[in-house]
Amino acid sequence: MTEKDEEMIETMQSKHDKTIDEMVNKDYEFGFQTDIETELAPKGLNEDTIRFISKKKNEPEFMLEFRLKAYKHWLTMKEPEWSVVKYPPIDFQDIHYYAAPKKKIELESMDDVDPELKRTFEKLGIPLLEQKRMAGVAVDAIFDSVSVATTYKKKLLEHGVVFCPISEALEEYPELVKKYMGSVVPHTDNFYAALNAAVFTDGSFVYIPKGVKCPMDLSSYFRINTENTGQFERTLIICEEKASVTYLEGCTAPMFDTNQLHAAVVELVALDDASIDYSTVQNWYAGDKETGKGGIFNFVTKRGKCLGARSKISWTQIETGSAITWKYPSCLLIGDDSVGEFYSVALTNHFQQADTGTKMIHIGKNTKSTIISKGISAGKSANTYRGLVQMNKSAKGARNYTQCDSMLIGDKCSANTLPTIDIRNQSAQCEHEASTSRVGEDQLFYLMSRGISLDEALATIVSGFCQDVFKKLPDEFAVEANQLLGLQLEHSVG
Amino acid sequence: MLEIKNLHAKIVEENLPILKGVNLTIKAGETHAIMGPNGSGKSTLSKVLAGDPAYEITAGEIILDGKPIQEESETDRALMGLFMAFQYPVEVPGVNNGSFLRMAYNAQRKFREEEEVDPLEFQTVLEKKLNLVGMDESFLDRDLNFGFSGGEKKRNEILQMAVLDPKVAILDETDSGLDVDALKSVGEVVSALKRPDNAFLVITHYQRLLNYIVPDVVHAMVDGRIVQTGDKSLALTLDEHGYETVGTAS
Repeated sequence: MTEKDEEMIETMQSKHDKTIDEMVNKDYEFGFQTDIETELAPKGLNEDTIRFISKKKNEPEFMLEFRLKAYKHWLTMKEPEWSVVKYPPIDFQDIHYYAAPKKKIELESMDDVDPELKRTFEKLGIPLLEQKRMAGVAVDAIFDSVSVATTYKKKLLEHGVVFCPISEALEEYPELVKKYMGSVVPHTDNFYAALNAAVFTDGSFVYIPKGVKCPMDLSSYFRINTENTGQFERTLIICEEKASVTYLEGCTAPMFDTNQLHAAVVELVALDDASIDYSTVQNWYAGDKETGKGGIFNFVTKRGKCLGARSKISWTQIETGSAITWKYPSCLLIGDDSVGEFYSVALTNHFQQADTGTKMIHIGKNTKSTIISKGISAGKSANTYRGLVQMNKSAKGARNYTQCDSMLIGDKCSANTLPTIDIRNQSAQCEHEASTSRVGEDQLFYLMSRGISLDEALATIVSGFCQDVFKKLPDEFAVEANQLLGLQLEHSVG
Repeated sequence: MLEIKNLHAKIVEENLPILKGVNLTIKAGETHAIMGPNGSGKSTLSKVLAGDPAYEITAGEIILDGKPIQEESETDRALMGLFMAFQYPVEVPGVNNGSFLRMAYNAQRKFREEEEVDPLEFQTVLEKKLNLVGMDESFLDRDLNFGFSGGEKKRNEILQMAVLDPKVAILDETDSGLDVDALKSVGEVVSALKRPDNAFLVITHYQRLLNYIVPDVVHAMVDGRIVQTGDKSLALTLDEHGYETVGTAS
């Protein structure tokens, strides 16, 4: 084919297609690696690795036992295969289970933080101190395996609120950790939860005492920096009676050709009249746009237990990154009149795969749950909503409302909706609505015919599609989420 | 202001020619009307002018204010001053009508290298336009065309036209679905926006809209071509006798 022929063909392509190609070639913003001295555990997983981690963390004996028990159980388990995601087998012996910046960091003094590390967080848009102080958000920053900085600890303690790395909580509040860790997600729950229980290295711990409304939003930022490192963090949030908290979580990682495993566990416990809002903006590296090589495998178990009467747990997630996302933030509605919510936007582009959704298990009387899921697929990606609504015999008068909307951009992507509804009593009510739409040429043409650019038109349409979920995010995150979507979608119309 | 030369266009998907050599010149300050039976290509013409990607121009030229625009994107055509009021305005759920209007208004300002306006300043701009169109402010809080009645959608188009104040405005069958009062109101908006340096092109099936927007020139379109051109009396003739008599005339 001559150059001229190629030119001809190009002109024959619709103008939109061309822009799409350009858009798709947008680079991942957070793909840099920080050059920082790191202490690594040798690759591989065995009892010694676990003892090494436990010792590094100065853990109490019960924790080591917890880990070893989980490890032994894990050895008996097989990797689950039921999801629709496809990936090469993971070699669990080829992963570093511990990586920590070498310099010891004084938690209360940010001046002592390695400047390189600080710059990293600044690049990520997380200036640990100044900006967050203004925004009034307390931050726990987790770098590879360890928590590097938790801000506002003292101020929060004045209110009785504990917000610290989980490794620290193990030293200072071992009883609380012992009581609740594994109470929502037992190590027997699933393959990755067992792995996490065996090798978790850090995470955030939050305790809100009785009657306290946490005076500020709490926030965690996760960053995987070292190649071939798995991140296995564990978050535990406990809200005592009549307490409430809003928790935000953000994630990024550098670009590597190899896949990195992120297998976190998040456990939430809400007692009588307590309320927990948990929001995630996940933007892990998604892998190479052309080949699909590299990227994060995000295999996470998130679950909340509405233990108390009238308690409420609300999950909001904006999932835009990762090569594979495989997670189902769920609620166990045990207390009478307790409420579970799940608001999700999952955007996949290029070769990304997402299998995500929620489980709402109604156990208490008059429990209520709401599920709003928005899946957007572009490029050659696959996006699946998988959900379970279960109304037990005891859940008299329970109600659920589910709405699952999928939007397709281009014709090489796919969307699946796999809801399961399991009702075991007569008085329960379930409503389910689902829709699939394609970003219409007509909508794009309409907005563009008013002078709005193709990029902006697409971002506007998608953002409109996600409005129901964005409304649930704290303001600061809503803006971020909107920008993130715009960025991810740039040049992806087809 | 707008010159269309020997314009040929087809539906991309079906490879079906619709416009078969349209010639039309609209001078600044003029209002033209195109009338034609169903399937004559009159609505296609307005979409092709606005740059609808469902159609492909196979020959000819569109010249807006001295510049050929047939190669320009739909966005750029709008920024250069072309506006089409849609026959079937598109619903965009979750997108706030007021924010959308401001986004479009600011896109134009940015293009002209003027400073963009904040929501408060825009409010002042908008109040006048709302009054002109006779629309309630509550319209702005709704999602763009989402759940609007047919009439509301059409009026929202007229509001957009009033806000964007284009050089050439095309009204594609704006009269369908509007009652007499609403027609009258559209006529008033057009009169108010009319200046010596802009132009209007009204596409319609019936002449009743032309009682409210009085055209300087009327064209009859049949089978992808303009077959007869006259003054406003042509509209009455066409309404009375249909299109069978025309076409052979030219």
